[in-house]
Amino acid sequence: MNEQEQFEPVIIGFTCNWCSYRAADLAGTARVKYPPNIRLIRLMCSGRLDPTFVLKALAGGADGVLITGCHPGECHYIEQNYKALRRYLLLQRTLKQFGIEPERVKLVWASAAEGVKLAEAITAMVEEIRALGPLNWRNDEGRTTKDGHPSSFVHRPSSEQAEVAA
Amino acid sequence: MTDELISQTPADPQERIGVYVCHCGTNIAGVVDVVDVAQWAVGRLKHRGVVIARDYKFMCSSLGQELIEKDIKELGLTRVVVAACSPHLHEQTFRTACQRAGLNPYLCELVSIREQVSWVHTDRVAATGKAKAVVSGGVERVLHHQPLEPLHVPIHPATLVVGGGIAGIQAALEIADAGYPVYLVEREPSIGGHMAQFDKTFPTLDCAACILTPRMVSVGTHPNVTPLTWSEVTKVDGYVGNFTVTIKKKARYVKTELCTGCGICQEKCPKKVIDDIYEAGLGYRKAVYTPFPQAVPKYPVIDRPNCTYFQKGTCRACEKFCPTGAIDFTQKDETITVPVGNIILATGYDIFDARRVSQYGYGRLANVFTSLEFERLSNAAGPTNGNIFLRDGKTMPKTVGVIHCVGSRDRNFNNYCSVICCMQSLKFAHLVKERTGATVYNFYIDMRTAFKAYDEFYQRVLEEGTLFVRGKVAEVTDAVRLPGEEDKLIIQVEDTLVGKQRRIPVDMVILSVGLEPRRDAKAVAQLFGISCSADGWYIEKHPKLDPVATMTEGIFIAGCNQGPKDIPSSVVQGAAAAARVLGRIQQKEIALEPFRASVDEDKCSGCRICNNLCPFNAITFHEDRMVTEINPALCQGCGTCVAACPAGAISGTGFSNEQVLAQIEGLLMLNLETASEAVPV
Repeated sequence: MNEQEQFEPVIIGFTCNWCSYRAADLAGTARVKYPPNIRLIRLMCSGRLDPTFVLKALAGGADGVLITGCHPGECHYIEQNYKALRRYLLLQRTLKQFGIEPERVKLVWASAAEGVKLAEAITAMVEEIRALGPLNWRNDEGRTTKDGHPSSFVHRPSSEQAEVAA
Repeated sequence: MTDELISQTPADPQERIGVYVCHCGTNIAGVVDVVDVAQWAVGRLKHRGVVIARDYKFMCSSLGQELIEKDIKELGLTRVVVAACSPHLHEQTFRTACQRAGLNPYLCELVSIREQVSWVHTDRVAATGKAKAVVSGGVERVLHHQPLEPLHVPIHPATLVVGGGIAGIQAALEIADAGYPVYLVEREPSIGGHMAQFDKTFPTLDCAACILTPRMVSVGTHPNVTPLTWSEVTKVDGYVGNFTVTIKKKARYVKTELCTGCGICQEKCPKKVIDDIYEAGLGYRKAVYTPFPQAVPKYPVIDRPNCTYFQKGTCRACEKFCPTGAIDFTQKDETITVPVGNIILATGYDIFDARRVSQYGYGRLANVFTSLEFERLSNAAGPTNGNIFLRDGKTMPKTVGVIHCVGSRDRNFNNYCSVICCMQSLKFAHLVKERTGATVYNFYIDMRTAFKAYDEFYQRVLEEGTLFVRGKVAEVTDAVRLPGEEDKLIIQVEDTLVGKQRRIPVDMVILSVGLEPRRDAKAVAQLFGISCSADGWYIEKHPKLDPVATMTEGIFIAGCNQGPKDIPSSVVQGAAAAARVLGRIQQKEIALEPFRASVDEDKCSGCRICNNLCPFNAITFHEDRMVTEINPALCQGCGTCVAACPAGAISGTGFSNEQVLAQIEGLLMLNLETASEAVPV
């Protein structure tokens, strides 16, 4: 694979309204750069994160999921980020049973002041997922590529990527 | 299983969505092809209900808002997606616009393509692609929005002010003068804060006590203020408008209703204690004491760990000599709870511990002083009656070196500028010159004298003959190397204007130490549920536009707990926080986001998994019906129970499963009609 065709992963990020979403805002205000491969969703708290959301994202075509929340002890709702942590650990085990590399789902604590930290975590994760390659966990049954192969077993040709990336 | 997870909800043919893409001048349009995003939305998301998509230079302008309002009325839009800046900035703006046009404000979704796209990405193609995905996520999400009504909660008219320094005093006075009750909590025996320790204040050189003590008396005697000194907040319950605050009033061992503040107890007390707080370790106080003569309130406290009677069982000198019988050794700590509507935190700062810069010798070399020690030395009410003496207590220095930026602007300690140190160093130079005639050197990195009359003061000190050396001091040492250095402290510094190393012998070194967050700032932040930076400074809601509010409704910050600042700025913040609180009180009620969890009793299996998850005690279980119920008044809307319910019986408005799952589908572009297009990126 040459440089132009390098795999661009898609990562869904879940952020907490009080810390990491504001860290993302801060990264923007400070013009800190990170790769465009991540798409963020705002929740009120990392405790709101239903593991189904993660599975939904992976099943829907995401190659990785980033979960972010307030640092332990700094939760806006006192202790709900600990519950996110518990679910995350359990989810990691579930992912292995599904045959998914647990590194595809990451938990990062980022306070509202840590715009740079969040940007760095995103950059690192994009590189890591890029190295892991596409997940292709999406339900592509019945869909085929131009060559007639089932699409989930074939790496997506770059021409097909162009439309949406553009 | 994936079939089920990505099942598409068909778009309701009744829904008519408008998508509005903001240029934000060039902030967004410079990186994202906004015209393309709008055209794409109306073209490719038509089958999802998008009937109109527009791009506009500034969506938040009144013209931009009118555009949306007009479309709602003329095209009968049922939902609106605005792709612009962060919802923390303009969500309210666009909701209000929708409301004006007769659409429920909660049927509007603001997605961020500025903070999350144009400001953080540089590749135009990729950024435009991501903006489309973000818009698509917003469209899917908004389809599941419910019309909601904000919750209205009454605002209790009382306010809690924590911290009795100048910022807290100002805040308390403003609110009290407006006619509303204030509880002013201070953990020391007297209000006054750091300002009460200072001698003069820059740049006008007003005596700090002269300008502060009248304020202290006003707030201490104000009919609307309940001063609670020697007290600490231990618990905060409730939410904006209805906080219940638990305050521990530490035992004073003095009956305040009998004490006249005559001071005989302090005179007679045989136990001397080094005063680490008010006198910065340079002077003594007694075991029964008021920190300083003008203390407010005037009542002393007995320092139990140092009191001879409490430690050894005999003495009671204060009790014997008290003319009114006010000493009461049997007093116990008392806990009170007060209802308040709003809270202002003005908890101040600590000074940087100069021992950490070991090469400057503080704590090792006797005549190295910190700025706070120098304040006490130069203060007429201080341990030397205002005489600037060396540590021996009798020798006047002939040469003095003032070192700026100790612990500030230093990657080994704190990266930030402590703001006040340049000006305080100039003030020290002036005072030393005035009182001792000594030669004064200032060692600075950059001279920062912004704000009114500050630079004029710098010019004045320059003209007075203070010597300025630009360079960061490498070391302060007593190791003699050259003749003339005997019995001196030698300051080794690179003079960057001359480009030479210099050794300057002086008698006294003053370290202009930086400001740091209070040692317990993080614990206090947790107690009140606000956020602080990694350093420990409290984070304001918006650094420019909302500098005294926090992200927690009803809790405001003022003064140095938000970051280093001088007295005028602290006073301004105190007054600003008070103005915000007064606005709230006068509205009598506040509208809150109606994001609350609720239980569908028909679905609830009574498993009780959610029962232990709520830190706000909003969840109760009904044994009789075997179902769980959530009290909307206590629910804070975090959604943890929603995520936990295995039966899907709990739903949360504003952030429901349907909304989040739909947004995921949208972000991954699973909603596009052509399958090949659905492949993300």
